[in-house]
Amino acid sequence: MSEPEHSPSGERNRAADQGRKPGSDDTELNARLERLNSSLSDVRAKAPVPEATGATDTSSRSGVALAFRLGAEFVSGVLVGAAIGYGIDRFLAISPWGLIVFTLIGFAAGVINMMRAAGEGPSRNRPKS
Amino acid sequence: MTVDPIHQFEIKRFVDLLNVSGVQFSFTNAAVFMFGIVAIVFLFLTYATRGRTLVPGRAQSVAEMSYEFIAKMVRDSAGSQGMVFFPFVFTLFTFVLVANVVGLIPYTFTVTAHLVVTAALALLVIGTVIVYGFFKHGTHFLHLFVPSGVPGFLLPFLVVIEVVSFLSRPISLSLRLFANMLAGHIALKVFAFFVVGLASAGVVGWFGATLPFFMIVALTALELLVAVLQAYVFAVLTSIYLNDAIHPGH
Repeated sequence: MSEPEHSPSGERNRAADQGRKPGSDDTELNARLERLNSSLSDVRAKAPVPEATGATDTSSRSGVALAFRLGAEFVSGVLVGAAIGYGIDRFLAISPWGLIVFTLIGFAAGVINMMRAAGEGPSRNRPKS
Repeated sequence: MTVDPIHQFEIKRFVDLLNVSGVQFSFTNAAVFMFGIVAIVFLFLTYATRGRTLVPGRAQSVAEMSYEFIAKMVRDSAGSQGMVFFPFVFTLFTFVLVANVVGLIPYTFTVTAHLVVTAALALLVIGTVIVYGFFKHGTHFLHLFVPSGVPGFLLPFLVVIEVVSFLSRPISLSLRLFANMLAGHIALKVFAFFVVGLASAGVVGWFGATLPFFMIVALTALELLVAVLQAYVFAVLTSIYLNDAIHPGH
């Protein structure tokens, strides 16, 4: 076991000392595990808080990230629509109708993508964005 | 010294392996870095989990934290059934993360700044979604494209839109990672060239050169953040998309 550890070292040493007494090994170990457990659950209870503040602290950063994300969603929708339209034009020789119609559909899909990414609009069954 | 901010993305062929009907398969610097990334992840995780002590050391807590982070993310967005895909998401996350971070070291090659690489990863994700969705739910998977509560005459229209929206996912997934890494690295290089250009313009230039120099410092910090954030976003979106494969329809 490596030594550096967060728990107060005094308590730790005391626990180690008591652990050396014959016969009390199991109970001592159990007590230590119990203590570790309770402090772990304390940590777990506290854990979401720093995460949340971290997210709000850097709101400008996440704003940029969100903008990037929404932009990518929208552009990819349009691009895919246009690509499908172009492909349909090529195969069915109905140029330029496929490109026109599917680019418009691509715009709609891009908007839907964007609204989903922003957590609004017609969601699929996702628990959480 | 020429000003060429794209030079860093150049693919160099090291060994030509085989030529299949005009398509050359080679061992390139990108391949070297990808093997390196996998080796880094593998060696680190092996090293970190060798002791398996009750009270983890530093390396072991990094490994445990990354496990718990990804596990929580997968559970939150894909439910507990989604844990089938935990190894997949974890592999993607660590690969993208290490690739992004390694790319920030000067003189290295950024694998994820190539659209081919990110597109391959995104197609892998979407392929998994489609194959698993059909395998698990059969044709019920297609209910993913049928929004509920829509008047009948609008339905065909909306289904087409939903299909396009689904098809745009791999594009946006790959485009986002690729564009972020490419833009960041080009911005870094451009400011670096400003430093060199100004510094060669005499004493006044030296003072001027400090400005883009500090900009580079700031940009490097920002890029580190973007590198980690994009790996996280890639993993989150992967698990959201996998959720559609696990629970399609309504």
